[in-house]
Amino acid sequence: MSTPTPIYLDNNATTACDPKVVEAMLPYFTEQFGNASSMHSFGNKVGVALKAARTKVQKLLGAEFDSEIVFTSCGTESDSTAILSALKAQPDRKEIITTVVEHPAVLSLCEQLEKEGYTIHRLKVDNKGGLNLDDYAKVLSDKVAVVSVMWANNETGTYFPVVEMAEMANAAGVLFHTDAVQAVGKIDINLAATKIDMLSVSGHKLHAPKGIGVLYVRRAVRFRPLLRGGHQERGRRAGTENAPSIIGLGVAAELAMEAMEHERTYVKALRDKLEAGILAVVPHAFVTGNPDNRLPNTANIAFEYIEGEAILMLLNKQGIAASSGSACTSGSLEPSHVMRAMGIPYTAAHGTVRFSLSRYTTEEEIERVITAVPPIVAQLRKLSPYWGENGPVADPEKAFAPAYA
Amino acid sequence: MWDYTEKVKEHFYNPRNTGPLEGANATGDVGSISCGDALRLMLKVDPVTEIIQDAHFQTFGCGSAIASSSALTEMVKGMTLDEAKQISNQDIADFLDGLPPEKMHCSVMGREALHAAIANYRGEEWSDDHEEGALVCKCFAVDSQMIEDTIRANKLSTVEEVTNYTKAGGGCSTCHEPIEEILTKVMAERGETFVPAGAKKAKPAVAEAAPAKLGTLARIRKIEEVIAAVRPTLLADRGDIELVDIEGKNILVNLSGACSGCQMEAATLAGIQTKMIEALGEFVRVVPAAKAQAHACASHAHGG
Repeated sequence: MSTPTPIYLDNNATTACDPKVVEAMLPYFTEQFGNASSMHSFGNKVGVALKAARTKVQKLLGAEFDSEIVFTSCGTESDSTAILSALKAQPDRKEIITTVVEHPAVLSLCEQLEKEGYTIHRLKVDNKGGLNLDDYAKVLSDKVAVVSVMWANNETGTYFPVVEMAEMANAAGVLFHTDAVQAVGKIDINLAATKIDMLSVSGHKLHAPKGIGVLYVRRAVRFRPLLRGGHQERGRRAGTENAPSIIGLGVAAELAMEAMEHERTYVKALRDKLEAGILAVVPHAFVTGNPDNRLPNTANIAFEYIEGEAILMLLNKQGIAASSGSACTSGSLEPSHVMRAMGIPYTAAHGTVRFSLSRYTTEEEIERVITAVPPIVAQLRKLSPYWGENGPVADPEKAFAPAYA
Repeated sequence: MWDYTEKVKEHFYNPRNTGPLEGANATGDVGSISCGDALRLMLKVDPVTEIIQDAHFQTFGCGSAIASSSALTEMVKGMTLDEAKQISNQDIADFLDGLPPEKMHCSVMGREALHAAIANYRGEEWSDDHEEGALVCKCFAVDSQMIEDTIRANKLSTVEEVTNYTKAGGGCSTCHEPIEEILTKVMAERGETFVPAGAKKAKPAVAEAAPAKLGTLARIRKIEEVIAAVRPTLLADRGDIELVDIEGKNILVNLSGACSGCQMEAATLAGIQTKMIEALGEFVRVVPAAKAQAHACASHAHGG
């Protein structure tokens, strides 16, 4: 059996490095290996390239000054730096506002801070993954050190109204941070026109390499570094710069701006075609999150009465790469916290599959996936105790009520 | 992606004995709280001989849950109910050439479905004997509930004790933080405060001085002592260990039975090595003799 050409629809997990990015990086491993801090010409050339990359990232984010861009090692470091900086800079404020559907980079940190005595307000979401801003307004106070709310959810792509929430925080005198790793590069962002104080970026989500991130810190926002040491990044993030990756990210930022229109129109159309194509044929399946307010590249579909890992394994056999919110794919106890927070029933949350497209995705690939999915779902449903001859058994929860251990 | 064996994949892609079973007279419906998977096992039992004539399953679950279910139905066919009852979850995992530690609960679910079906046939009420929690120790597949119950039942108060009682934390040691958290919680219930052993155990003079003091014979005896001390744990898992030779810093051993080639082999050896190093006060390597010999052969071949 010949292996089918792979189709990569897991771009919210990570993306392929753009060849142009790699090309731009290569000289900085060999002939341009200097340390940007050095006085000689080896270092100087790297310093100039870093400055150019910083400007490109500044443009992508619509930041007012290039000095607002701090290069870090990843999105997680940016998130940790932002939140811990806010706490350090305002030792009298012991509360944090976040949401129940954040990425573990924020949630796990908050759990740890809770153990250390901080109060964490976790805003709940409705069944479409939306927030109630009245709830938010109620907890905003001068005891809050920072609000950390993601721009777009990694699993469903659903947006949070971060621009509006930043305005509210600003009015209340509270710092506002957003984890925008899924949004940056896919949608227009103009930070200068917002009240967002800090924003996290992850390079590998926008066709730059892994191991490079950005923390945007608005000018004059009080800041305390996570890593102290050398004067790199104006003392806000010590440690020798990851020059090749920063330069790669600069190119990726440029390419993302060029592809933004394509992302918003073509990629979105492919995503919509994929969803419509699958839902037209597969019964008992639905889109999770808010279909009218989300990233153009993300489709998250719940297939009821079957389990996600099994779906992924069968997809993978046909060369199709996607991801799932099922407990089994992560080795954790529970299905995705995002699905549970939206009140998706267990038997559906386990069967969620996320297809995340990129600017490289083609129509032919989408057509192949639309053809591949229905038989896989049917095959697994035939094995499912919740499924009868031609549909779910009558009253599935009662007909099959296992003793859980 | 999980590191599934070929056999797991084969049973997942081509599951045997699926769907409802005509004439089934024993059914076991169980689910695993730890991942939400659920399984219905259906048996057709000969009322006279109590031999399982046929077995089918339906599973809502991941790849290894489906593979474990499929394996189970193949294993039990032709067995009497009493024979089937002897099947352990390890037997199911072994049938599939092993499961990743995170997925061992799939085999547990299989065993429970079997017990539930047998109870159903005999008109008994089946209730499970344990609850499962989040996986803490990946080396030895120990979950939080097991650790919590063991701490409570035995009034444990250190990570070391938890390792001695449950094996959790005895391998790569990266799960010591969650174990400390469980200790903190359970000890608080009985009004005690967990006191960590210290970031690094202060074991000065003795450890430093030991290597110089230990003569060859004393050193061998020490090594034998450590081997003797770990054997019972291995025997309990139907494995064994034997000292083959000592070549300087390399301690050659033979792992046999369930231990050899099992996915935990490396972790087991690492655990023993840690104990060895502690006992001897010097750095040593614990290596499988077979591998060491293979290396020797290879280098001979090159040399010749």
